[in-house]
Formats: sequence, structure tokens, C-alpha cells
Amino acid sequence: MSEVAKGKSKRLDHAKAAGAFIAKADHVAFHDKRLWDLRSKRDAQAHGMPEWETLRELASGIKEHTLSHLADYLDQFITQAESHGVVVHYASTAEEHNEIVYKLMSERGLTTLVKSKSMLTDECKMREYIEPRGITVMETDLGERIQQLDNQDPSHMVVPAVHKLRADVAELFGRTIGTDPKNSDIHYLAESQRMNTRPYFVREKTAGMTGCNFAVAQTGTVVVCTNEGNADLSANVPSLHIASIGIEKLIPRISDLGVFIRMLSRSALGSPITQYTSHFRAPRAGSEMHYILVDHGRSERLAMEDFWYSLKCIRCGACMNTCPVYRRSGGLSYGFTYSGPIGAIINPTYDMKRFSSLPFASTLNGSCSNVCPTKVNIHEQIYKWREVIAANHEVPFVKQEVLKMAGRLLASPTLYRGTVASLGGALKRLPNFVLYNPLNIWGRQRDLPETPAETFHEWYKKNRKAANK
Amino acid sequence: MKVALFVPCFIDAFYPEVGIATLELLERLGVEVDYPQEQTCCGQPMANSGAQKEAAGAERVFARNFADYDYVVGPSASCIHHVREHLTAIEQSASVRKVRASAYELVEFLHDVLNVREFPWAEFPHRVGLHNSCSAIRHLREVSASEIGATPFSKPRTLLEGVKGIEFVTPTRPDECCGFGGTFSVTEEAVSVRMGQDKVRDHLGAGAQYIVSGDMSCLMHQQGCAERLKLDARFIHIAQVLNGARA
Repeated sequence: MSEVAKGKSKRLDHAKAAGAFIAKADHVAFHDKRLWDLRSKRDAQAHGMPEWETLRELASGIKEHTLSHLADYLDQFITQAESHGVVVHYASTAEEHNEIVYKLMSERGLTTLVKSKSMLTDECKMREYIEPRGITVMETDLGERIQQLDNQDPSHMVVPAVHKLRADVAELFGRTIGTDPKNSDIHYLAESQRMNTRPYFVREKTAGMTGCNFAVAQTGTVVVCTNEGNADLSANVPSLHIASIGIEKLIPRISDLGVFIRMLSRSALGSPITQYTSHFRAPRAGSEMHYILVDHGRSERLAMEDFWYSLKCIRCGACMNTCPVYRRSGGLSYGFTYSGPIGAIINPTYDMKRFSSLPFASTLNGSCSNVCPTKVNIHEQIYKWREVIAANHEVPFVKQEVLKMAGRLLASPTLYRGTVASLGGALKRLPNFVLYNPLNIWGRQRDLPETPAETFHEWYKKNRKAANK
Repeated sequence: MKVALFVPCFIDAFYPEVGIATLELLERLGVEVDYPQEQTCCGQPMANSGAQKEAAGAERVFARNFADYDYVVGPSASCIHHVREHLTAIEQSASVRKVRASAYELVEFLHDVLNVREFPWAEFPHRVGLHNSCSAIRHLREVSASEIGATPFSKPRTLLEGVKGIEFVTPTRPDECCGFGGTFSVTEEAVSVRMGQDKVRDHLGAGAQYIVSGDMSCLMHQQGCAERLKLDARFIHIAQVLNGARA
């Protein structure tokens, strides 16, 4: 288990956090509708392209190939980047990543980091590391900035503050950046945030940071897809550009890029392409460019036979948008940078005990796997994780006991029939029988089925001669 | 053709009428049906919770009961999906593999094996919202999934079109999960109930009088949600409609 796990092995209670979100009726209704709307737009885009399923096959194949030759492609990428004057660093852990960023800045006397969106730096808890050391971090993506000001993780990889209503944002901005807390006009709020963050780009002693959507081995290029243009400002204004890159972001050739670019924004937002698709390859004259290639558990995951497929993920968020559970739970209930179905299979690789409830926060409906542009078999991995978690005794005690009892009962026709015969009434029958009522939870918000006069088995004995052969 | 009837445990206990309708329907269609009486459960409730060890006993009983048949037919997509794809807690002998390959969900069996399209004895003069379970859609592929842009098809709908008087209404999210999900319905109560309420309201909003499904577990959950909210929705299994139930 990685260092993220250390000292944090308290079990996350997804159900409880989701319940708290659902209790906020306006929020859950908006959240569900907003994300379903993205899913619908994604459908319209995907179904409008006859080659969509072919693209998914291609993307999956390219990612599988790259991941199974990852060391070679990393070598090629590094060689290419260095030949263009980029300095490449390698971080095995989150701490190493954060140390490298801090060192690069402190050695140059830089005190402000303007950054565009990066799930990786959230994953590494970079702000928590460098801010106490005197670095001011300015998130310039609107959603990320909202979450930074509210001191929360992103609740969605693409739309990080989607769990908030605009009134929440107005109140937050009123409290933090001095806007009118009663004015929740979205243009006013977006413009206010922009006016608040833009001066930081031209501050003295500032470094810029971007994430990376695709790292092209052939050319040593980092490709960043954004809608706000903030990545370009982060990369092009300061004298130092740091790009943080998860090692799974590699693709072999520039000609492979089109497969992914055609699907990324369509899957994410249902728009044909992001406003900006920026290629960074070499430092500008008089400035520096550094890549930090980050492992942070990825090599370990690559070695997991059942779970390495999750490394194909391109962070589009389509699985989250389509997930009926995520839409009603809110992303914060997943307890880490990654939420929704992809979080349910990635997070346990970091700390199985802490995130053991996540694979159970799913109905195994399979919609996530169907929308995934790289064909990650998400729901199958969720199913597999349940098996691994149960085998490691990380299922809550009451549930374990109920499962054992049910297992014994259903393993024996005699015991099973005897139990059915000896119990009358659904209230008694349900818990022993179908496991749906260990603590009468079923009945809190749902009526119980009426108990029939006889079981099918009893009816059959009375009504079919074959029964008594 | 040796056919065995598999009656999932919760149908045996709570919805015998669904088991009866399945049996009668198959008999009407001229199929000779055995009901192995030592059957209990396919093992899914345990296995879906990750409890492979606990599922093994039930799976062994299942494999033993259904070893001698050409077809094992059950009115539940999620149970059949378990048998076909996930019945792996026990040793995979030739006999076990044969049982798994012989498992058919009722709709599949009617549509693909018996190839039946007409149900002249059946009449259901109501506005029907068809609820296809996620197992029926995305696992057994009885229905095209909305995520995939292929030519739409629906085996349950095709069968129901052979019933007189039936009128279909379509909810805004026809293949959104209803939130049952087995033990999920208890361990994630809040989300499960919210999904169930949303599902029923979507059907009622489309004008449904009845919600018809091939999966009784989905209906048990939706009905539980609807009754608590005092919503005017009625629920019935597809086997009952095809067998001639009028209401």
C-alpha cells in the first residue's frame, strides 16, 4: 500500500456520506440532473459517429499496448523531452513529487505557483505539502479554485465543484474573495474569479504548473486539454513551467493522439472538443520547463492481474456522469481525488481497508463500462474488488455474519425448507432469507412485500403430480 | 428437450405467482418442465457481496439439481447472469460448466429458443412502463443499452407486443438502474431508496399504470418505495402478463 494510506486506515463510510448528501434535496436533484444532462450530450455525440465503437476499441488497444511496454515508452519520452531542453524528473511517491516541486521553486526563489487543473497534484496532496513551506498556490481552473477556497477535494474529475449550487458558490466567494454573497449570477461569479486569479499570472517570483492529458513518447510532447485557457497562461507566462505527469498518460505516437482527442471531450462533456488542446514540447527562450513523471502506486497497480486495466483511464469522467449511484451520492462521499465508479476501483489500490466500502457503493449495473472510451471493465473490477475485500475480512462484521448464515441456509435444501416452513410472515422471513433486512433497514423507507399464503414449492407439491413421484 | 424450472429463492418465498406463471406459460407452449425440488438458490446474494466461500454451498446445490437438463430456465436475469458468468465458487467440473451453459432467462428462452411471438391467450389492456433490469440489458443483452449507439432492440418488448391491448409508455431514462442491487439495497439504503423513488416517478410521469419487468427483485424494491410514498403504481412480472394475467 502506498504512502497515502499511512495512518489513514479508518474505514470510509460511503453510505453515511451519501445519505448526508441526499438529505440536501435541492443539491441531489440538481447534481443528478446536471450530470445526466452531460451523459445525454455524450450519447448524442457518440451516437452521431458511426465509428465510435471502433474508436473505443482502438483507444483500448493503444493503451493496453503502451502499458505493456511502458518502460520503453517512458525511455523514449524522456529522451525526446531532454533533447528539446526539458528537464525530466521521476517521482516514485507522492512525497517525492511534492519535494521536487518545492525544491524547483525554492532554489529559484519563487513563491507563487499558478496552476491549471491536475487530478494528479490533488492525488499527491501537493498543496498540503508546499503551502506550509511558504508557497502560495493559486488554482486557476474555476471548479478547482472553488474547491480550493472551500478546502475540499474535487468532487468530480472534470467539473470539480459540480456538487455545489451557484448560491453555495456566491456565499463562498463572498466569504473568501469579497464578492456580493447574494449575487449568484454565474457570469458575475466566473468573472469575479477570473479577476481574482489573473493577476497572479503576472506576479513576480511565480512558477506555472499544468497537468497532462497525454504524453506522446515519439515527440516528448505534453498535451493539455482545457476549456478555460488557464493552462496556457500557467505554462506560458511564468519563467518556469512544471508539468506533472502520471506515468500512465503515455501514448506512443502523435498519430495516436487523434483517437483520444476525438473521444475525450465528447465523453466528458458531450462537446466535440475542448476549447484548447495545447501541445508543450520545449521551454520558451529564456525560461525553463520541467516534467515530473509520477508513479505513486501505478507500477504496483500495473502488476495487479485483475486491476491493471484501470490504468487505461483518461480521466474523462463519463463513468461518473452515467453512474446512478454517484449522481445521488456526490463525489465527496468517495473520500479521495477519484470518485464515482473509477474511484471505486482506483482508491482501494491505495488503501484497501480505508476504501473498502467503495466497491459496494455500486449496483453493478454496468453502465460505466459501456460509456468508458478506453473500455475499462469498471463494473467487473468492482465485482472482483468485492471478492478481494471479503477474502481479506474487510466486510463489516454484521454483514459478514449474515452472509455466513445465509450461505449455510442456502447450502442445505433441508435446512432451507425447514426454515421457510417454520417462519411465518415477511418480517421474520426476510432477514433470514434474502439478506435484505439484517437490521430492518429495508423497511425504514420501503414497504415489505406481503407474505403469500404458500411458497411456490408448497404450491407445486399440491398442484403437480410430478412433485410426488 | 429436457427443461428444468429454476425458481429463485425470493420468488419461491414472496412471489410464488411468478413461479406459477412461468411454469404454466412453459406448459402452455408445450414444454415438458421438471422442477427439481431440492433447489435453493444460485448463490448470487453471497457472491455479489464478495463472499465466495459462503456462496459455494448454494452453488453446489444448484449444480447438483440442474445437472441433467438441456435447459435450465429461470424468471430472473440477475440470477441467470450469476449462473452463467459468476458461478465460480466451486470447482468447474464438466458438469458444472454444462449447467452454467444451459442456463436461460425466461425471456431469452421464449425469444431465442422457443422463438415464440404470439400469446393469443394474453390480454393486458393497460399503459405499461417496461422496466428492464441492468442484468437483462447490460449483462444478458436482451435489450440494447442506451450507451451504445447500435440499432435498438428489446426481446421483452418484442414478446409483450404479442399481448392484446397492451400500450407502452417510455420513461425519460428507460435504462437507468432502479437501485435494488441486492445487498446494496440495505448497505446503501439512502442511495438505493432515492434511485427507486426516482425510477417509479419517471414511469408514472410517462403515464404508466403498470411497471412490468422480468426481474421481480427490481419490482420488489420499486413497489416498496412506491407504497411507502403512496404512489399509484402497480407492478407485475412479465411471466404473469405473458401467461394471461389481466391485472
